[in-house]
Amino acid sequence: MVMTAEPGGTEPGGTAPGRDYALTGRDAVRARETGLANADWYRTEIPRKTLKALMQRRDGPALRDTALWFALLGLSAWGGIAFWGTWAAVPFWLVYGVLYGSACDSRWHEAGHGTAFRTDWMNDAVYQIASFMVMRNPVSWRWSHARHHTDTIIVGRDPEIACMRPPNLWRLLLAYGGILDMIHSARVLVLNAAGHLSDAEKDYIPESEWPRAIRAARVHMAIYAATLLAAIAGQSWIPLMLIGLPRIYGAWHMVMTGLIQHCGLAENVIDHRLNSRTVYMNPVSRWIYWNMNYHVEHHMFPMVPYHALPALHAALKHDLPPANTSIWDAYAEAIPAVLRQVTDPDHAVRKPLPPTARPYKEVPGHG
Amino acid sequence: MADWVRVCPLDEIDPEDVIRFDHAGRTYAVYRAEDGTPFATDGLCTHEQVHLADGLVLGDAIECPKHNGRFNIRTGAALRAPVCVDLRTWPARVTDGHIEIEIPT
Ligand code: FES
Repeated sequence: MVMTAEPGGTEPGGTAPGRDYALTGRDAVRARETGLANADWYRTEIPRKTLKALMQRRDGPALRDTALWFALLGLSAWGGIAFWGTWAAVPFWLVYGVLYGSACDSRWHEAGHGTAFRTDWMNDAVYQIASFMVMRNPVSWRWSHARHHTDTIIVGRDPEIACMRPPNLWRLLLAYGGILDMIHSARVLVLNAAGHLSDAEKDYIPESEWPRAIRAARVHMAIYAATLLAAIAGQSWIPLMLIGLPRIYGAWHMVMTGLIQHCGLAENVIDHRLNSRTVYMNPVSRWIYWNMNYHVEHHMFPMVPYHALPALHAALKHDLPPANTSIWDAYAEAIPAVLRQVTDPDHAVRKPLPPTARPYKEVPGHG
Repeated sequence: MADWVRVCPLDEIDPEDVIRFDHAGRTYAVYRAEDGTPFATDGLCTHEQVHLADGLVLGDAIECPKHNGRFNIRTGAALRAPVCVDLRTWPARVTDGHIEIEIPT
């Protein structure tokens, strides 16, 4: 996953005292000089045969989940409209909001990796739809996410660091309302549609792709404009409740699960066991999140599809720090760490490894 | 100068799989397609220099283990972002039950 890189940062664009999160800034240069950029990351050894079996692509699980997703979206939208103006509509919109504003993120993510389906056009179709719902440019975010995998939580290199240091607690809290992220996404969309790419975007998107990124933003803008017109013409909020606004009122689950992926853990390391968190979750959240709670595993082996992540977790467990036992448990670990980072930005949780694990891969002078 | 170099017995690579082969200071990826035909390409992804042999062969494509970019194993063509630059291919054949590839020696 993926949060737009704003929720806990000090500034959009990300320059914090002592740390420069800008992709074209001081820490970006430092990361290249110290070999942190594009480094050789730790991977748990796993027999090729086992890994190959886990990497296999299937259409079945994602077809089932996508059919269910659309069916539930349709049903909850129907209920919201049918009971519009009464309290009975509220639960329907709550469900619709999460299915639209949160589940879109995990679908965007998995289809973007090309691992959701075996059939590639299905990945592309879900990726385009989910990109629109989550308000991300389908071209630029492919590249941004590739960078997040190359340089996970490397300051100045990773464009998707959600918890910058020192943390801005107010912004982190506001992130749950979905508004900050939405404002940021809408701003980027408008700028892209106007033909403008930021320096950071130019850093991670190859130049040959810039026109496609601009075209994609224009398509998204056209759909939002049509929705707005429909709302004005029909004197109704319903079109906006269906398209656009769920990205605000339904984003809380995406933020809740997204923030515990990396917050409170190390920056500038080259071992995902130090900067990512695997969290056991209830089955409903796992369905919404498409198993991204197995986050260390996903980062180590991004070719393993979401439906095989529980099996990958079982295969790697002996080499990983113990998983957090619940969302609650993950927050109980992350919140004190983030609070401490307000005064001590270098603080990070470092979990003990089981005796069966190989030691953490350290980078001299970092961590 | 290019020459045919023996890589491994044919049955050492499963159909629809890949291995890494290092020779004369260079690294290659040697494949068998679904029908068992051997192919060879440069061993490193053109995106960020990762060994493709850690990836997954899907039909005629090799998927890179790092960012899931894909190349056609027969032609080397870049098929899926984030790879944009094609991969160099090398001739491959089966001789006496062994895969051989024609590479600089
Ligand atoms: S390194 Fe191969 S796709 Fe990025």
